[in-house]
Amino acid sequence: MIDVKGLCKSFGSNLVLDHIDQHIDPGEKVVVIGPSGSGKSTFLRCLNLLETPTEGIITFEGTDITDPKVDINAMRCQMGMVFQHFNLFPNMTIRKNITLAPVRTKRMTQAEADAEAMRLLARVGLADRAESYPAQLSGGQKQRIAIVRALAMKPKVMLFDEPTSALDPEMVGEVLDVMKELAHEGMTMVVVTHEMGFAREVGSRVLFMDQGHILEEGKPEQVFGNPQNPRLRDFLSKVL
Amino acid sequence: MFGTVIASLNEGFLVTLALFCVTLVGALPLGLIISFGSMSKFPPLSGFCRILVWIFRGSPLLLQLSIIFYVPGQLGHNIWAFTNGRFWAAAAAFIINYACYFSEIYRGGIQSIPRGQTEAGLVLGMTKSQIFFKVKLAQLVRRIVPPMSNEIITLVKDTSLANTIALAEVIWAGDRFMRSKGLVWPLFFTGVYYLVFNGVLTIFFGWVEKKLSYYRV
Repeated sequence: MIDVKGLCKSFGSNLVLDHIDQHIDPGEKVVVIGPSGSGKSTFLRCLNLLETPTEGIITFEGTDITDPKVDINAMRCQMGMVFQHFNLFPNMTIRKNITLAPVRTKRMTQAEADAEAMRLLARVGLADRAESYPAQLSGGQKQRIAIVRALAMKPKVMLFDEPTSALDPEMVGEVLDVMKELAHEGMTMVVVTHEMGFAREVGSRVLFMDQGHILEEGKPEQVFGNPQNPRLRDFLSKVL
Repeated sequence: MFGTVIASLNEGFLVTLALFCVTLVGALPLGLIISFGSMSKFPPLSGFCRILVWIFRGSPLLLQLSIIFYVPGQLGHNIWAFTNGRFWAAAAAFIINYACYFSEIYRGGIQSIPRGQTEAGLVLGMTKSQIFFKVKLAQLVRRIVPPMSNEIITLVKDTSLANTIALAEVIWAGDRFMRSKGLVWPLFFTGVYYLVFNGVLTIFFGWVEKKLSYYRV
């Protein structure tokens, strides 16, 4: 589904990603872990070209999205993304937040988008908040809305960039529950997170990144139960 | 006498009001274009816009008015030689001058909107112009209302500079009584017009700010 070949990204002279090769199959739940500054968020942001790779090729469903001739907006419609800081539009109601993009990109009429928004909101238990503004919601609610907003585009893959890192501890669970449900439904997911419990429970594959490299990858039981790389062992001893 | 003066001042004030409105209609969008130009990644364009802003913010509006009104005639082709030519010369000077001030306010406002808003729009497949008009513009308006209201209230008073090119605005109308009849109070009385008009604007901007504060960022 997503194929990454020789991906490099540098900011000025700072090399953040150093020749990453990776292949993500449909239905996989790839969890990316690693210390701060390891390049895991940058890796995720390269997958939908929020960051332009310095080198390398990223193929999504057979299309090289790094090719300047490719309509990147059309590609992004198929790749949902959830941010650490939600990035809801503060000047719009929740319903408008969710329906804006499907309507503007001509994927749905306003009526269809409204119906879809209500269906998705009901799923995350926030149907009664459709006419509220983001500022009136808790962090956990905002992040569930952000997930719904991404799902309304009916994406083929969902990218999560530390979705629970900005939340109060008691709100982490409600967001992870929505993500777990999504995983069980078979959504392809790439998740950058510090939630090791989630990685272990939901991940079909765990990538450990440090200093722009994927140092170790494998099934969660392997990565957490029998880590090979010394830096991974050191990292796990600090976070577990 | 009082009636004659008021009628004359009213007539002058209508010119003031027209100059004010025409300036806003021209400068609000032109300022946006200049602000985009000055944020452009194409150096000749951003350089040009920044120099334009420097010239029009850096020199007196009074001087700009005179240059725009008199220089074409000096060069042998008076482009303002038509009915209401003075008015449109003044309007041209005001529009460019105020567009330059507005462009800096817009630029500050646009740059203060978090990058995450653009990113959220991008990952939803929206184009840059959709993101600007559907997502950022409303947030921009909210952020710039206080500095813009400041500038707009200054504009009300600046319109009086147009009397230096003999545009018959309200100060000119008041001044005329001093020149022809030795009456001083009509000139002083024009202050009432400015105060009332700015009072109305102040109330209006207060209402706009309130209207836009239904959410907190």
